[in-house]
Amino acid sequence: MSKNDYEIVMGLEVHAELSTKTKIFCSCPTEFGGEPNTHCCPICMAMPGTLPVLNEKVVEYAVKAGLATNCEIARNSKNDRKNYFYPDLPKAYQISQYDMPLCEHGNVEIQNENGEKTVIGITRIHIEEDAGKLNHNEFGAGSLVDLNRAGVPLIEIVSEPDLRSAYEVEQYLRKIKSILEYIEVSDCKMQEGSLRADVNVSVRKKGETKFGTRTEMKNMNSFRSIVRAIEYESQRQIDLIEDGGIVEQETLRWDDISGRTFSMRDKEDAQDYRYFPDPDLVTIRLSEEYIENIKNNLPELPESRRKRYIEEYKLSEHDANLLTGSKYLSDLFEEATNKCNNAKMVSNWILSDISRILNEKEIEPDQIPFTAEELAETIKLIEKGTISSAIAKKVVEELFKDPKDPNEIIKEKGWIQISDEGVIKEVVLKVLDNNSQSVADYKAGKDKALGFLVGQAMKETKGKANPQMLNKMFIEEIKKR
Amino acid sequence: MNITELTVHELKDKLKNKEISVMDITNSYIDRINDKEKDVQAFVTTLTQEALEQAKNISGEEGEYAGIPIGIKDNICTKGIKTTCSSKMLENFVAPYDASVMEKINQSGMITLGKLNMDEFAMGASTEYSYFKKTRNPWNLNTVPGGSSGGSAAAVAAGMVPWALGSDTGGSIRQPASFCGVVGLKPTYGLVSRYGLVAFASSLDQIGPITKDVEDAAMLLNIIAGHDEKDTTSENIEKKDYTKALIQDVKGMKIGVPREYFGEGINPEVKAKLEESIQTYKKMGAEVEEFSLDIAEYALATYYIIACAEASSNLGRFDGIRYGYRTKNFKNLKDIYRNSRTEGFGAEVKRRIILGTYVLSSGYYDAYYKKAQQVRTLVKKEFDKAFEKYDLILTPTSPTVAFEIGTRSNNPLEMYLADICTVSVNIAGLPAISIPCGVNSDNMPIGMQLIGNKFEEDKILRAAYAFEKEIKFRDNYKPEFRK
Repeated sequence: MSKNDYEIVMGLEVHAELSTKTKIFCSCPTEFGGEPNTHCCPICMAMPGTLPVLNEKVVEYAVKAGLATNCEIARNSKNDRKNYFYPDLPKAYQISQYDMPLCEHGNVEIQNENGEKTVIGITRIHIEEDAGKLNHNEFGAGSLVDLNRAGVPLIEIVSEPDLRSAYEVEQYLRKIKSILEYIEVSDCKMQEGSLRADVNVSVRKKGETKFGTRTEMKNMNSFRSIVRAIEYESQRQIDLIEDGGIVEQETLRWDDISGRTFSMRDKEDAQDYRYFPDPDLVTIRLSEEYIENIKNNLPELPESRRKRYIEEYKLSEHDANLLTGSKYLSDLFEEATNKCNNAKMVSNWILSDISRILNEKEIEPDQIPFTAEELAETIKLIEKGTISSAIAKKVVEELFKDPKDPNEIIKEKGWIQISDEGVIKEVVLKVLDNNSQSVADYKAGKDKALGFLVGQAMKETKGKANPQMLNKMFIEEIKKR
Repeated sequence: MNITELTVHELKDKLKNKEISVMDITNSYIDRINDKEKDVQAFVTTLTQEALEQAKNISGEEGEYAGIPIGIKDNICTKGIKTTCSSKMLENFVAPYDASVMEKINQSGMITLGKLNMDEFAMGASTEYSYFKKTRNPWNLNTVPGGSSGGSAAAVAAGMVPWALGSDTGGSIRQPASFCGVVGLKPTYGLVSRYGLVAFASSLDQIGPITKDVEDAAMLLNIIAGHDEKDTTSENIEKKDYTKALIQDVKGMKIGVPREYFGEGINPEVKAKLEESIQTYKKMGAEVEEFSLDIAEYALATYYIIACAEASSNLGRFDGIRYGYRTKNFKNLKDIYRNSRTEGFGAEVKRRIILGTYVLSSGYYDAYYKKAQQVRTLVKKEFDKAFEKYDLILTPTSPTVAFEIGTRSNNPLEMYLADICTVSVNIAGLPAISIPCGVNSDNMPIGMQLIGNKFEEDKILRAAYAFEKEIKFRDNYKPEFRK
């Protein structure tokens, strides 16, 4: 049998750090970075005798996430301890939620590779604390513990095993990311680890109703590696089954460099977390009024923005979809449009050149270094004829490298468009003189030759000549010959 | 006048009348410690020099209890002073912060004379499980002071501190108070902040006073009780003045006596003294009635499951990484964990961690931990039912008087039975007091336990106060430091 006879079944556990000001159980800052062990106190360092106090904002943010993903919100919920030893876990237990999570039974809608809408179930969303970090070998032998991240609030969003391809996984994760960004509960910076996912993968023969044995790949934090890892791991499982082997349930580590998965723990080491209710914390009770209030104050979600872009800005469904897929892109679009009043052009620039550069650089929209104003200014310069589209492309490249006022960029670089008729004419005549064959071709009806001539003129002016003027001038001058 | 024989309310009166000074008090206690500590061995850390310095600078304006000494059980965190939990694991641990109760103690102007010995991590009923020393019972130095707050009870009984703080998870205030002939009060769960109390079993632990008499217990409770934002399990309820409850009148009070506490296993002399006490209450005008609290027999098993489960998790943080004992013998991370814990914890602590780990393990959770939680609910309901009828429940604090050192320490089950009368109170989160009700033929004190409904410490204190005034235990009996 071939790969096509198999179906891949996947579920995701997405961990998102919440952007509350303080940690989940103490008043230390949640800020990323900082000198090691400077954002901690006796509570998050687990000094003997200290007690946790639940940050109410964490509950609010998790409820927001639950409501934005169509979850039911639990009126009564509790915290549980997940016990295990590791140096980044100072209490030797993580305070999480086990059998009574805050949110359950939700879903989000995505588009699969065939453009069909498909609903992905969300099993649960619960709150928990992040662990610290180990810095290995930085100062010679051994590892050092940094507890700045210990106690940073997380939500874990667990999906149903509804995902059927790497593409769907990516779409689902993008959807979750954009929802969390829209409701402003997490900055979702994957490169800083504030959004990461555990991917559960199993395969089964098409038509089979029982699930295959799954493996889990932990702490994936880029779209690219998730897609690669799924492709690798599903193929590994299929090959294994085809060779008569059996898939073992295990935790795997994806290695981006070798492009393989590795087993993290053997079965003998199987963890028993000994979950039990945390006796230091009281039941979380939420009133109808509290939940209703959060529901009524949810910000505009991607779905509603998408509709608005189609109606208000007359964007295509495809473009509206792409733009609203990321809150950063969507915000960039709206802000730049407000400043230059040319939605179509802003959309085109974001979806073509800017997206291309993001892809090339393998960075996420939140890492775009320039402002909406700088983008709007670039577009205004095109509209005014100060620069050509060709120059504008270079300006955008420049904005990624060293963001500043585009007016200054073009001045410094000497990229202001040549619209002086005398200068243009001079160039055109020169190009015509040097390319008599092309002139003949054009006259013989080969329209392409005009493009070549314009190109030559652009080369001559280092791309600065006004292309409309060039076109017009070439046609006029050729007629004269 | 012997200053170290006075209660705190007596000391306060004499300070106010300028009959004595803060320096007189401090010096008397330091002399007493110097005299008796070698026999009693109640302190892990003495702070006599620091106390003298502090006493010199006391103006009297520091707070209501300016210059009154106190002893603190060594599992309550004290900023800048070692908090060892009587464990090798924390032998050199200095907390960078004060427990919430210590903030209150310090604000009241009290002088901490030292940190008091206990069973390691409060696990035990005799203080024999301390890593450092075995505290002796001042009534008979060959017997245990009880535990786990044995150092606190012995120090108060021996007059080395006028009062002390203890902690009670299954009887650790009341049972040593009973063994040492002093008063010990375990408050309602949630009345006193646990912030800064090194956790043994979080859903059961409470800090409470160990004092010479009931009036002092009410005063110390006034200081330490109250909501604390740092402890979400502390209840936000209106503050009471417990000294207002101290009226010498129990007329019309309804007292229930559960017959299960007087059955098999109770020492006949203890039983006889308790029956005598019941007669005393009747004589004073209380209505005393026998009833059945048959869930009680399950309380001990329930207690050991819940307490050990929580302890196994609470003590995980002692891993040799950030503070506390770290083995010198390691090659890798697992060695650090295994050897630090093997070398740093005593046998009883390990026993409870293993028990607790077992009952929480997958496959056993439902049979043990979950079942225990269900029984816990039933125990609460049984008590609720009893308190519909009675103001108080009267029982012995312990089925026996203080036992000889070494007679139980190698028999964990027998040691666990020392808690049999007290654990159900923690399971139900109720308040209870132990007060002396007499001595046996060997002149060893016998304790009576009065259990109240939640947050009804005032009723317990009232009944205890009236009884104390009636039998005048302190006038009639004194510890003899028998060797």
